[in-house]
Amino acid sequence: MTEPEAILRMTGIRKEFPGVVALDDVDFRMFPGEVHALMGENGAGKSTLIKTLTGVHGIDAGTIELGGSAVSFAGPPEAQRAGVSTVYQEVNLCPNLSVAENIFIGREPRRFGRIHWAGMRRRAEVLLGALDLRLDVSAGLGSQSIAVQQMVAIARALDVSARVLVLDEPTSSLDAGEVEQLLKVLRSLREDGMAILFVSHFIDQVFAIADRMTVLRNGKLVGEYRTSDITPVELVTRMIGKELEVLDDLEESAHDRSDLAAAPVFLQADGLSRKGAVAPFSLEIRQGEVVGLAGLLGSGRTELARLLFGADHSDSGTLTVDGAVVPMRTPRAGMDHRIAFSPEDRKTEGLVGELTVRENIVLALQAARGWSRPLSRKRQDELAARYVAALDIRPTSPETLVRNLSGGNQQKVLLARWLITEPRLLILDEPTRGIDIGAKTEIQRLVAKLSGDGMAVLFISAELEEVLRLSHRVTVLRDRKVVAQLDNESLTADEIMSIIAEGSSA
Amino acid sequence: MTGHRLFWPIAALVALLLVDLAVKPSFFSVELRDGHLYGSLVDILRLGAPLILVGIGMTLVVATRGIDLSVGSVVAISGALACLHLSGLGDQNSVGGTLVAVAMALGLCLALGAWNGFLVAVLGIQPIIATLILMVAGRGIAQLITDGQIITITSGPFRAIGSGYLLTLPLSILIALVVFVLTSVLVRRSALGLLIEAVGGNPEASRLSGLRSGRLIWLVYVFGGLCAGVAGLMISANTSGADANHAGLWIELDAILALTIGGTQLTGGRFSLGGTVIGALLIQTLTTTVYTLGIPDTATLLVKAMVVLLVCLVQSPAFRAKVRRRRKSPPPAPADRPVKVEVSA
Repeated sequence: MTEPEAILRMTGIRKEFPGVVALDDVDFRMFPGEVHALMGENGAGKSTLIKTLTGVHGIDAGTIELGGSAVSFAGPPEAQRAGVSTVYQEVNLCPNLSVAENIFIGREPRRFGRIHWAGMRRRAEVLLGALDLRLDVSAGLGSQSIAVQQMVAIARALDVSARVLVLDEPTSSLDAGEVEQLLKVLRSLREDGMAILFVSHFIDQVFAIADRMTVLRNGKLVGEYRTSDITPVELVTRMIGKELEVLDDLEESAHDRSDLAAAPVFLQADGLSRKGAVAPFSLEIRQGEVVGLAGLLGSGRTELARLLFGADHSDSGTLTVDGAVVPMRTPRAGMDHRIAFSPEDRKTEGLVGELTVRENIVLALQAARGWSRPLSRKRQDELAARYVAALDIRPTSPETLVRNLSGGNQQKVLLARWLITEPRLLILDEPTRGIDIGAKTEIQRLVAKLSGDGMAVLFISAELEEVLRLSHRVTVLRDRKVVAQLDNESLTADEIMSIIAEGSSA
Repeated sequence: MTGHRLFWPIAALVALLLVDLAVKPSFFSVELRDGHLYGSLVDILRLGAPLILVGIGMTLVVATRGIDLSVGSVVAISGALACLHLSGLGDQNSVGGTLVAVAMALGLCLALGAWNGFLVAVLGIQPIIATLILMVAGRGIAQLITDGQIITITSGPFRAIGSGYLLTLPLSILIALVVFVLTSVLVRRSALGLLIEAVGGNPEASRLSGLRSGRLIWLVYVFGGLCAGVAGLMISANTSGADANHAGLWIELDAILALTIGGTQLTGGRFSLGGTVIGALLIQTLTTTVYTLGIPDTATLLVKAMVVLLVCLVQSPAFRAKVRRRRKSPPPAPADRPVKVEVSA
């Protein structure tokens, strides 16, 4: 079978950062009218490869050919003009501008030398319409859900005459329906002859959409495969370089809650609520218990968790810790009661990007001790080194700036920050979002182990399988209300889905 | 070596000093007269001391993502109040009376810093607006204190703050040195530095990590007020009087410039006190150089501005990358093209 001419051909790409070889002799090619998935664990070099393609990073060796001629872009705008459009993992838009402005920022349609606002809005509506999205394009982007923001980012990439569309983790913040919508859009773009580079940690999505996949591991090329020639298990094996250990044993231990009924209740909420965030709910968490929160994006999962920690304060209801009613008005109050909260949005609410791994890890503990009782540098180094090793944070130097870490490693830093405070309740909001299967497994294992050691965990995830695997009990939210609280004996994802869909409690 | 944060500021400082040396060969000579050190280099340190002080305070404020435009006015108020008290004394040379004057002035400056901190940390007003209030009102307060006149004083002990000597060195240099060392030790030996950088780097993440950022922000404005107060005493002691209109005029801008040159970004987060000191000395050296070169008064500001622009350009990674790329044309050398620098909008 003869293959058509590749639209993009990257050969022998090498990229070094101080102390790290991020890419080593990597080949990559794309054909028009194909969805090509780039697969690998966190830190395998996927994002770096994309950034060398779009000119964010220069390359140390190798060639990049687009449409048969060698190219070297000075940056994403230049790449975009040449037909390589990118939507990044973290949405890089301006929340203070309108939807339409975000789509056309930097290339606003003009008339008589000034911005043609009406034309801009019209074209924005057409573009979003093509994505089946109807909304007020003059509304501020910040008021839209992350899912809509993601769609806007894609619409922005599509507005130029793109030949190659790069989507870095486009689905990590979308719910099932929105993912389907996005995949539909991708299929129609593929039929128009677009070459689509698709990066996702969701194996089933990759198999649903990709025609071809390239696997990277530790900055090296593992191979290129046609989707029809490879099974999911083979794919994962190649990504992590060893046989996938199934999480069966985890499941067994997690569901054994015989001793939990006797465990004392650590935290109890009675009629707790906050206007516009979550309706009055009651919830109790026992020591050593994992309570899962299930529900769609925007169902009030995060808001509920924030009330328990004191990130927001409640309008009504009481919170009881160890049998005593406590006011929980600031995060500091939550910490004083040994509650830890790892927020959903790592970048804006979790980490301080320009500080080092070490500094981020000690931050909460140091804040609790106060400024006048500093952790000695030696102690900081010890803590950082221990958790970098225990959680397998890469790169391993604790002096790396956190913003240079991949998403999964950033998540681990956040976990480390809270683990060193030795919390009694650990609230994890989407701890596995946008991170690879290996890190995901590690985090799940860790949660199971912590709960085994007596730590209470509130686990929030959009992935029902994950919630079911870890939780002893599952609390289901719908439209900002708690609609069901179920013991996880023989619960299935379908049952939870139907509760989410119908709002009926079992 | 050019990679070090302070390489370019120090290089610019050395370059300026070399210009001075070329024009005036005796520029580096320092002599001991009556147990006091004299010389151009000593003068630079002595005259730069107030700016160093204000710069140190401003650096911590900026590190929390704030800014304090009111320091110039606080400088004026500090000098005005001290001189007012001194001028009313029967014996201006009494050490006790001088100490009272100093304490009153510094107490008021602490209160003014607390006012700024209150507006920013408690009421949540944007720092540039919050401190603009005192920037404008403060000059008025200073004028009210001096009743619109220039108060001159004869107090020996007070003038020592500006022109006295201790261990052969001007007292003002020693004061600036002590404040610098104490502040550095305080922020780096305690956890203050880390907490300030965290709050400036990501306020929400810091809050969710349990930092009491309000207190911290309040604290840096109070400290900024104190530093400005000491600088104000120095300036008025040096001129033996309080000039409400001109004391500390535009010093906030010089301080911001100094810390920027020193590598602290106005977007908050990482800060460098040492960098600020270098930056302040650079600005003071520039002023001295302009006089050494005999540039007419009318052109002084323009020359200063041009040198500052040059320093800023040399420091800008984006600008350096551009220059390098141009020099290396034709461009088949993407291999060692510098990493594109993120420029925050």
